[in-house]
Amino acid sequence: MAVLTEEQNMLRDAARSWVQEKSPVTAFRKMRDSGAELGYDVAAWNEMAEMGWAGVIIPEEYGGSAFGYLSMGLILEETGRTLTASPLLASALGAASALVLGGSEEQKQAWLPKIAAGEVVATLAIDEGPHHKPEKVDTTVEGGKLTGKKTFVLEGMAADLLVVSARGADGVGLYLVKADDPGVKRSRLRLADSRGAANIEFAGAAAEPLSGGAETLEKVLDRTRAGLCAEMLGAATQAFETTLEYLKTRVQFGQVIGSFQALQHRAAKMFTELELSRSAVEAALTAIDNDSPDVPELVSLAKAKMGDTFHLVSNEMVQMHGGIGMTDAHDAGFYLKRARAAEAAFGNQAYHRDRYARIQGY
Amino acid sequence: MADFGGGDLEAFRTEVREWVAANFPASCKGKGPAVGPEREQETADQKAWRLAVGEKGWGVPTWPKAYGGGGLSPAEARVVNQEFARAGAYNPIVGMGTMMFGPTLLEYGTEEQKKRHIPLIANGEVQWCQGFSEPGAGSDLAALSTRAEDKGDHFLVNGQKIWTSGAQWADWCFCLVRTDFTKKHEGISFVLFDMKTPGVEVRPIQLISGASPFCETFLSDVKVPKENLVGPLNGGWTIAKRLLQHERNSLAGGGGSAGRYASGRSPSALAKEYVGLDEQGRIADSELRARIAKNDIDLKAFQLTAIRAMQESRGNQGPSAATSIMKNAASQTLQERAELAIEVLGSQGLGWEGEGFSEEELTFVRNWLGGKATTIYGGSAEIQNNIISKRILGLPDATKSA
Repeated sequence: MAVLTEEQNMLRDAARSWVQEKSPVTAFRKMRDSGAELGYDVAAWNEMAEMGWAGVIIPEEYGGSAFGYLSMGLILEETGRTLTASPLLASALGAASALVLGGSEEQKQAWLPKIAAGEVVATLAIDEGPHHKPEKVDTTVEGGKLTGKKTFVLEGMAADLLVVSARGADGVGLYLVKADDPGVKRSRLRLADSRGAANIEFAGAAAEPLSGGAETLEKVLDRTRAGLCAEMLGAATQAFETTLEYLKTRVQFGQVIGSFQALQHRAAKMFTELELSRSAVEAALTAIDNDSPDVPELVSLAKAKMGDTFHLVSNEMVQMHGGIGMTDAHDAGFYLKRARAAEAAFGNQAYHRDRYARIQGY
Repeated sequence: MADFGGGDLEAFRTEVREWVAANFPASCKGKGPAVGPEREQETADQKAWRLAVGEKGWGVPTWPKAYGGGGLSPAEARVVNQEFARAGAYNPIVGMGTMMFGPTLLEYGTEEQKKRHIPLIANGEVQWCQGFSEPGAGSDLAALSTRAEDKGDHFLVNGQKIWTSGAQWADWCFCLVRTDFTKKHEGISFVLFDMKTPGVEVRPIQLISGASPFCETFLSDVKVPKENLVGPLNGGWTIAKRLLQHERNSLAGGGGSAGRYASGRSPSALAKEYVGLDEQGRIADSELRARIAKNDIDLKAFQLTAIRAMQESRGNQGPSAATSIMKNAASQTLQERAELAIEVLGSQGLGWEGEGFSEEELTFVRNWLGGKATTIYGGSAEIQNNIISKRILGLPDATKSA
């Protein structure tokens, strides 16, 4: 764990307390079983907003606390541990970043305070196909009207505000579109990880540009990726800890299975990869807070590394639990499904290895 | 221990800077300590630098002044290291004496032993080698069987040590011997002997890399004076464990000495030359490119972890759990990197020596081979995994060794 300020320690401890008490994995299971339309529990989200979580990266003059991205990462890591479903990443980090970096004063005033309060849910609508390729944008804007198709929009059904990447006269940029615009048609996606998502079709929806074009888009994506990595770190760490506990308690052949060296070494491997991933994720979040020129490199490093690690740990969690890991009643399946969804979002490992290479000049 | 920067430290820094400027010979810039095979060719300037640093005790800055150390605080020691680095000056006082034996002797030695041996380590005069492993005692070091018989005023030692690094150039040896064959761990003693003692025979071992950094050391009726016993009779295992801790701590920062086999151009730089570029100016083999990127990412993640581990241990949270993974992470990533280099070089990566191969290409081959040792020595990867599993993760010990 990075060396935190006292403030950050308190934030993390408070987040851990609330999540463990009010939003354990059973809460996620309950949400999933209820077939929750939005893909999260609104009451829980309201509590998070009341604690100020939705304003963590938003400047104080717009109702936030401006604690920064590492702090937001600390909260996301805790929520990730229990697979807590909420629009925190999509709205309070992703869409909020777009407004902070590219919004006009009027746009910021109109939206940020409500996002910080959790009253408005906003989200990014970027992808247009099965793989993340933000450079390739067929959605267009002409005369203030946006037309195109977006896929896999996180919290797409719950969102009041959509931050959409589209190609205008000046090239690719981000645009604000109200979700209830008559030109917006949303179809709910029922994903394996039970989180909220939608495909969205735009037909001449009213769109307000954000400034900064493709440069701002990339910055927003990097911040979202880093936040997602923090959530993945929490989930993967918990998946490992749960598995480790099983190794220490499950008895077969007259001994706990954790005494078998093959399993011990696989556990050591997972521990090693988690420590390496933690360093990468924390470095990325810190670089964002420092507005470092290394952000793109460190974010791609983090997403690639964290993706591989969560991939490994999620597979091992099922395997090491044996038969019960295959039952829906056990949590292993939840972590596995969440892992693949998180790996795919905002660029998978292959995408980020390639981006890393490109940044390094090869 | 917290750092108290400020006035005194800055005055000290100025003092060190001026001393280095006055004492580090220009001819030594870019060179390294003349140890091992290079001690014979030590230039007058290199020797002068070694003696100057030795006289100040700054080669082992935190060791007590009473035994020739610098008597400095950790903060002051850091200043010395920084100022040396700033001037491109190497620390000429290196080796097993400084890295592991000296700190151990300072903890377990008698006053006479400390007075006799520490000053000669502190000034780099005496080089030490480690007599631990045996053909029958590698990972299971406690199974060692080199015998030390009590002959009144001395021990008579018979047996064989293996993997003794630098034995061919060492002056003295710190050695684990068996003084009780009825008990495994509590039958081991820690003794010291002069490598020139009659009965000591050293044979370098040729490795797959062509180099011979390690030796077999045969001990035939070697007389070891009783005063060379460190710690109590049959109490050597505890001392050995402490010594290995010192070894690991000094290696831990960089993830072990794995780095010594990993210098040179990166796989991506090599690929641009040996594989070529496509129309977009990218390495022409996308599958290879992805594997190179993965290795670059793994290496960077390791480097970030080394930094984090250091920050955490300074932050008074106690030793960082991250340090336990360092040796495996570094050695495995660097071995993969060496394999990538060989792969990228293609048939130019298969040369042993001579015409048709550049110096760089041959070095990659030798380092790829030599680097295979990094997952074996200093606690093999499997032993490290056992340590992580049991000590960090708390999984039960199923082996009968303990």
